[in-house]
Amino acid sequence: MLVLKILLRRPRLHGYAIMSAIREHSGEVLRVEEGSLYPALHRMEEDGWIRAEWITKDSGRRARVYDLTAAGRKQLADEESRWRAVALAVNRVLRTV
Amino acid sequence: MSRWSRVRNVFRSERLCTDLDEELQSHLKEAIENGRDPVEARRAFGSMLRYREESRDARIISWLDGLRADAVFGWRQLKKSKVTSLAAILSLGLGIGACTACFRLIDAVLLRPLPVAHPERLHVIAFEPRVGVTGYPNVFDSCSYPLFRAMRDAVKDDADLIAVSYSERTDLTYKTDEEMEKAYRQYVSGSMFNTFGLQPALGRLLTPDDDGQPGMHPYAVLSYDYWKTRFGRNPNIIGRTFRMDNNLYEIVGIGPEGFTGTETGTVVDIFVPMAMKTPTTLVSPNNFWLRTLVLLNPGVAADAVRGKVRTVYAISEAERAKTLPQTSQRLRSQFFNQKLLLEPAAAGRSNLQRDYRRSLVAIALLVGLVLLIACANVANLMTGQAAARGREMAIRVALGGGRWRLMQLVLVEGAWLGFLSSALGGILAWWSAPVIVRMINPPDSPVRLVLPLDLRVVVFDLTLTLGVTLLFGLAPSLNTSQIKPTGALKGGENPHSRRRMMHSLIAAQSAFCSLVLFVACLLVTSFERLSNQPTGFSADRVLNLETLSHQPESPVFWEQVARRLSSAPGIEASGLTGWPLMSGESMIDYVSTYGAPPSEVFSDFLLVSPGWIDTMKIPLLDGRDFLPGEANPNVAIVNESFAKEYFDGASPVGKWFDTVKADGRRIRYQIVGYVRDARSRDNLRVPIRPTSYIPFRSVDAAGNLRPTARGTFVVRTAAPNPLALASTLRREVARERSDFRVSNIRAQSEINQSATLRERLLARLAFFFALVAILLACVGIYGVLDYSVVQRRREIAIRMAVGARAIDITRRVTLQVLSIVIAGSVTGLLLGIVIARYVQILLFHVGVSDPTLLVFAVSQIMIAALVSALRPVMRAVHIDPAELLRVE
Repeated sequence: MLVLKILLRRPRLHGYAIMSAIREHSGEVLRVEEGSLYPALHRMEEDGWIRAEWITKDSGRRARVYDLTAAGRKQLADEESRWRAVALAVNRVLRTV
Repeated sequence: MSRWSRVRNVFRSERLCTDLDEELQSHLKEAIENGRDPVEARRAFGSMLRYREESRDARIISWLDGLRADAVFGWRQLKKSKVTSLAAILSLGLGIGACTACFRLIDAVLLRPLPVAHPERLHVIAFEPRVGVTGYPNVFDSCSYPLFRAMRDAVKDDADLIAVSYSERTDLTYKTDEEMEKAYRQYVSGSMFNTFGLQPALGRLLTPDDDGQPGMHPYAVLSYDYWKTRFGRNPNIIGRTFRMDNNLYEIVGIGPEGFTGTETGTVVDIFVPMAMKTPTTLVSPNNFWLRTLVLLNPGVAADAVRGKVRTVYAISEAERAKTLPQTSQRLRSQFFNQKLLLEPAAAGRSNLQRDYRRSLVAIALLVGLVLLIACANVANLMTGQAAARGREMAIRVALGGGRWRLMQLVLVEGAWLGFLSSALGGILAWWSAPVIVRMINPPDSPVRLVLPLDLRVVVFDLTLTLGVTLLFGLAPSLNTSQIKPTGALKGGENPHSRRRMMHSLIAAQSAFCSLVLFVACLLVTSFERLSNQPTGFSADRVLNLETLSHQPESPVFWEQVARRLSSAPGIEASGLTGWPLMSGESMIDYVSTYGAPPSEVFSDFLLVSPGWIDTMKIPLLDGRDFLPGEANPNVAIVNESFAKEYFDGASPVGKWFDTVKADGRRIRYQIVGYVRDARSRDNLRVPIRPTSYIPFRSVDAAGNLRPTARGTFVVRTAAPNPLALASTLRREVARERSDFRVSNIRAQSEINQSATLRERLLARLAFFFALVAILLACVGIYGVLDYSVVQRRREIAIRMAVGARAIDITRRVTLQVLSIVIAGSVTGLLLGIVIARYVQILLFHVGVSDPTLLVFAVSQIMIAALVSALRPVMRAVHIDPAELLRVE
């Protein structure tokens, strides 16, 4: 969900940038093992939520950049609303108990 | 898109891996560029290999990838042992090809529904005599036109009845009489096309209106096939006329593509209405010249229709009995006590089906067995290979290869074999089926069969391949999956289980092989005995010129032409007759001796001219040949069977007999000659019939010569190839008498051969498959023996080291396998004796349990087994114990 959200805001990012963005925006709170990002990205790609292409960066190195697809947008909307519902429920529990 | 990309990725997995690697690497480089410590960055990243595998699994269909890997690996395995793989592919391909070709034939002749609306409701009316002529039930299906009409009217609310004549090759011309050509013509009910729901490709089809006034509907519909081959699909053909049987027909339409008539095995060229048949034939209740097809209305049971038709049939037969000459009560009851049947005819109805049904099934049995033998071979081969690869498999298991994956590995290898041999078999079937059809080629009426290579055939081929692959691949693959790594790696795996399986396969193989051999022996012997049946005349250098005249001509002119031919250059002798011997035509009548009532046994009658008996070299036993000028009736020459049947075997020369007409009038014949038996019918299985030859020259009751429009000139040429003179003689006939036209020229030897056509075909095919079976069995036995020698080489070496002689080793190596072969073949023969009852009808003068045949079959297999044992045995006795044991 986070990956999708980041890609919604800033299209055409490569893996490292996505990871940096997550770390930045979460205030260094969310840190995963960096490599596990890639299988996740590839699964999302096969599911058709994002699409990828190879570009050559200014530095001359090739990089694989990702973009959100229409299906990805829809998926993001779904997951966001589900997340809100869960968060709300958890908050409610925390408040009442 | 995702499913497709994952499939695609399977076939570019190399590329996928480099891509993944590059992406992961670029992550690290990016990190380092951003000023992070390389070691820290790598640690934070985690295991690169693991992520690559995870990503790869996400982007690929893993089972498909496994399959691909197995396929590549299997292909390499096949290439590694080229000779064995090739042998396996060839033998399997031969088996599959033969089976598919056989299926194509059976499908085309017996199974494929006619391309008409509701073939499943189509039936044919047939009759079963209580006791057939040969003692077998002998179903026939001919009806007369009055009977057909009576039946049609009786069931018109329940079913549509269609009359179709037996199709025949006939002469017709689109131009002048000099340019006659041949075509298959069939008389059909005008309602046929409509009832079958067929639409014309061009023009119109025949309609029920065309069944009206006899002779008033000279309209013809060409079949699509004929239109295509004869006229190149020329659309202007509609409205053109042609002359056939002195009638001028107009072409009104072209039948639909794919419809070739209802007579499977014949492609009808021209359909004409029933009403155009000779008027006397149309009204005769005694002329049986058509089949009655029944298309049941939806929801009507066949039983109901059969009941109604039977009633009509009984009435019509009772009527008919009154018009026939007086015969004995027993014969009469047998003659009229025929049972009417309604048989399904979805695949059409033809004599080809009747004559070849059993033969095709017998051949199917043989090729099926050959395929099984080939399967057993390949299974043995794969088991042997699997044994050789025991260690490899054990290592795979030890490394965590799943048992299913291992089974898949072996099965995929089998599938390669299956796939390649099925491709080979497909080619073989594509080529061979038409070749076999061309072998069914009686002169003048070769079988024309529609043999499409369509989905049915492909599906059959693939199903067969799949079945076969499972059959030979499953056992070895199960074996592999049960491998115990610890045992196998130590090299101490129990070798007997494998050998036991190979031995049981060898037993099955020998059983099938001896079964094939036995059936082949029966068929070949039958053919030999049948074609060695004496004909009683000499067919050598004899040519038959079947001739027609436009108008009936006096027999004097016919005799004149025959005399002219005898003085032509290159001609030894000539005669004149109604039709060639053994051509299938016959004329019969009851015979009455000493004024008694007519006999129960028919006699054949054949019109011949003076000199004909000499031309055919039929030995004269007593009396004389006809004199020039002698006419029918009054004189006759009879054969031995005739004398035996009616005169107790004594020479009947000087005696006389009568034939009795329907009105009781008797016609007397004086017997002037007595000749040896000569075969006039084409069925070699029945004894030569009583025959009386009567003069070709006939006079009517008033004593006037009776003109005739057809006859056959028979000549014996001096040169060994009579057909070389065909065109000369044809011209000679036309020059002598311009009204005469030679319609057909056939060598007598060709006619004789066609009487054993089916048996020849069967014998050839059976012989071929028996050879293949033996060859395959040899390969199988060789393979197993060779394998067991390799496996037991240590044991053999030790035995030799302690003093065993070569003979002991030989016995040890071969005895078990040979005894298995013997046991298998004896079982096969027993099976054969049971099965042979089914093909009994195809056999001739061969006892099913003929000891010489049984011994012959077993000895052939034994010889094959010994030959194939030779090399493994040599290998075993040439083992050098010192060298081998040192290596081990």
